Amino acid sequence: MRRFAVWILFIVPFLAQLVALPWVNRIHPMVLGFPLLHFWLLIWMLLTPLFTLAIHWVLRKEEQA
Amino acid sequence: MNSALIVILLFLLLSIYLGLQARRGKTMNLEQWSTGGRSFGTLFVFLLSAGEIYTTFTFLGGSGWAYGKGGPAFYILWYGALAYILSYWMLPAIWRYAKQHNLLSQSDFFVAKYNSPALGVLVSLIGIIAMIPYLVTQLKGLGAIMEIASYGSISSTLAVWIGVIAVTIYVMASGVHGTAWTAVLKDGLVLVVVVFLGIYLPVHYYGGIGQMFHAIDQAKPGYLALPATGNSVYWFISTVLLTALGFYTWPHAFQAVYTAKNEQTFRRNAMVFPLYQLILLFVFFVGFAAILTVKPPLQGSAGDNSLLILSVQTFPKWVVGLIGASGLLCAIVPGSMLLMTSATMISKNLYKVINPKASEESVSRLAHYLVPVVALVALYFTFNGQTIVALLLMGYSLVTQFFPAIVFSFMKRNPITKWGAIFGILAGELVVAYTTITSKTVGLLLPFMPQWVKDLNIGIVAMVINLVVTFAVSAFTRGAGAQARTAINA
Repeated sequence: MRRFAVWILFIVPFLAQLVALPWVNRIHPMVLGFPLLHFWLLIWMLLTPLFTLAIHWVLRKEEQA
Repeated sequence: MNSALIVILLFLLLSIYLGLQARRGKTMNLEQWSTGGRSFGTLFVFLLSAGEIYTTFTFLGGSGWAYGKGGPAFYILWYGALAYILSYWMLPAIWRYAKQHNLLSQSDFFVAKYNSPALGVLVSLIGIIAMIPYLVTQLKGLGAIMEIASYGSISSTLAVWIGVIAVTIYVMASGVHGTAWTAVLKDGLVLVVVVFLGIYLPVHYYGGIGQMFHAIDQAKPGYLALPATGNSVYWFISTVLLTALGFYTWPHAFQAVYTAKNEQTFRRNAMVFPLYQLILLFVFFVGFAAILTVKPPLQGSAGDNSLLILSVQTFPKWVVGLIGASGLLCAIVPGSMLLMTSATMISKNLYKVINPKASEESVSRLAHYLVPVVALVALYFTFNGQTIVALLLMGYSLVTQFFPAIVFSFMKRNPITKWGAIFGILAGELVVAYTTITSKTVGLLLPFMPQWVKDLNIGIVAMVINLVVTFAVSAFTRGAGAQARTAINA
């Protein structure tokens, strides 16, 4: 179960930043003044560390268990 | 003497001072010189690994791509986030293994993992062929920055010589300690300069970042996204993926890993790096800001100077001096790491293999003396740089080919044999060399394929061939390897 969670946490940023690209490669609508593509990038640069942090937590729990 | 020049020279002197004082209280044997005695805490390891984020390539190339190509520029920013997730597992594993086996260079890692000095020689040669053009890029960038930022009072040739002499002095004296100390100065200054430029220029010329994007979108519809062909979405995906894999396969990236005191550092850094890399966004803002403001428009590779030209057009001389100083540091700090890494590899993984009786002391001494030699080679290519252009493009693709042999070596039972690794890497490098020198793209190689396949980064082809050869040769040599292992154990 833990392995699966880590795998998901690892794969989601890759899916969001590589596989999803054909759908977000647009300028409009602009979000907060940024073209959509740029905004998507920004959000994932901020989210990726959270995913890494989540992986860290799960693995540490596993070590303790 | 103008005030820009005074500021640049002050920072140059400060960095030489920091580089030299870094050796205080250390006995400079090879381990101390090339890995800092594995004693560095979080900040130094962070800055050494982050050296990759702010180089003259990102400084000039980042703004240059934003200016000249628009949306596709983002690949430079994007691969980092993915590379850092990989680093969460990769770097602690590399560090632990290096510490157990007392490794001093990336080639040592291959020698130990595959029990093959020959593989070490191969990896060293490829590493050096990849690092020299990297160094040359830094020096060329340095020349361009200093010439423009000093308002022409220092020629680019003179600037390159000054930079190289400074860096040679402190690398010879302090090794990686010098790089770490100057990195503190570099990243501190660059952060301030980049954030200031990235906010001030869009606000000054457009009234804000949002307004700037609107104005560019009006003037050049579609420019801020990825185009339908060429640098398309599929080019972008394959390039980001390849670059993320290649991020930690540089020999000097290993060197930065070896300096750490403990492995917890890397896990912490893996979470902070994406946020730090995000600051690179401001470099892109500068490039975007230049699109409608630099007159006359810059053509082709001249776009790399957009940041500098717009700055000269906008700011008083002392501010331009600060920008010049950050450019200088962006060249000499990564440059020092490249010099030190190359010298260590030549001495320990080439010279010592040819001459196994050489004492540790003479290997260490040779590494020091190789610093000016490597620096002179880089200088030669900087000034006679026509042929090196092909190599420049190749560097990153060359080291990316190490990825399979590194990653599979961490599996409980490594599916790759020594011969698999050697022939896989060789095959990958040959494809990289052939496609780069003949400027082949996937579209030219496979003209019958659909457009999205044609747009893929050619490096994908090299990686696939590398993997196929690696596994095929490993399958045939597995028995031989097992026998050799039993022989050693017996």
